[in-house]
Amino acid sequence: MARMNPEINAGSMADIAFLLLIFFLVTTTMDVDSGLIRMLPPPIDPNAPPPPPVRERDVFVVLVDQFDRLLVEGQISRVEDLRRQTKEFLLNPNNDPSLSDKRIAFVENMGEVEISRGVISLQNDRGTSYEMYISVQNELAAAINEIRDNVSRQHFDRRFSELTDEDLIRAVREAVPMQISEAEPKDIGGRR
Amino acid sequence: MARFKKDTGQKQVKINTASLPDIIFMLLFFFMVTTTMRETTLFVRTQLPSASEIQKLERKSLVSFIYIGPPLQSQVFGTEPRIQLNDAFASVAEIASFVASEREARQEAERPLMTTSLKVDRDTRMGIVTDVKQELRLVNALKINYSTTRGEISARR
Repeated sequence: MARMNPEINAGSMADIAFLLLIFFLVTTTMDVDSGLIRMLPPPIDPNAPPPPPVRERDVFVVLVDQFDRLLVEGQISRVEDLRRQTKEFLLNPNNDPSLSDKRIAFVENMGEVEISRGVISLQNDRGTSYEMYISVQNELAAAINEIRDNVSRQHFDRRFSELTDEDLIRAVREAVPMQISEAEPKDIGGRR
Repeated sequence: MARFKKDTGQKQVKINTASLPDIIFMLLFFFMVTTTMRETTLFVRTQLPSASEIQKLERKSLVSFIYIGPPLQSQVFGTEPRIQLNDAFASVAEIASFVASEREARQEAERPLMTTSLKVDRDTRMGIVTDVKQELRLVNALKINYSTTRGEISARR
């Protein structure tokens, strides 16, 4: 009987595979990191010429103090209102001279469009809580995203997030720039 | 000629399980490929804030993490928020060398695409975050990501 074909019992193969599977199931972390992606301004070169001044009406000043209170254009405000105020400032539908100015420019794939000159200036204190800072950043981004959605619907019949063509995305970005400038930090509150 | 037997309906139907190992192996390979083992042990608490306008970070291999938050072992290290780089607490001054070593580990062509993801606890004060940001600016690591979870904004106002 020594000539018999030796056969390995493969019955436990499934069990072994199951064990391995359960191990990898448990150790897997599928979390994709997500968040608010921003570009920091490059370090200031002391020899570089100062940037061209921005007119006061074009600057949307958002201040957050060490008690997480919000001051928007000199008025006490709330996070809930920030999105609406930002949109109003950037869109300026009634051409209010105290809100942001607009320029007419040619954007590829869109033609002549009005582009806001508005710049958002965000300044926080060292004592501001991170949660508040993120909330403010989020609301500012939300305002710009809503405007981009509108522009995108007008021109391309789709929301901005649904655009897939790189050229169209670039066009919307050019028509509605996200200009959030963060001032050099200040320490007023002293509360860390 | 075939004989037709009346089906009694009591017979047990056996499912062929021969392909079961193959299916399990397929699942196994899927999880083996997608698994990323946690590389760093966290020493600080990072309960992330939530935001709605978030973007996903592409290219996970190009992301380096900076953790900021109160130490988990508060009896030993106190409650003051600390910075964690890799597997150790660090000071703000060590960020420059951290970024340099992270750059060194990547392909030269991919270095401009590198992102620094800040995983900061929601109760941290902005002071330490600002210091880190200033340091990142100095070493030209300009693309950053404020890591958040998806949801409505959570600031208590």
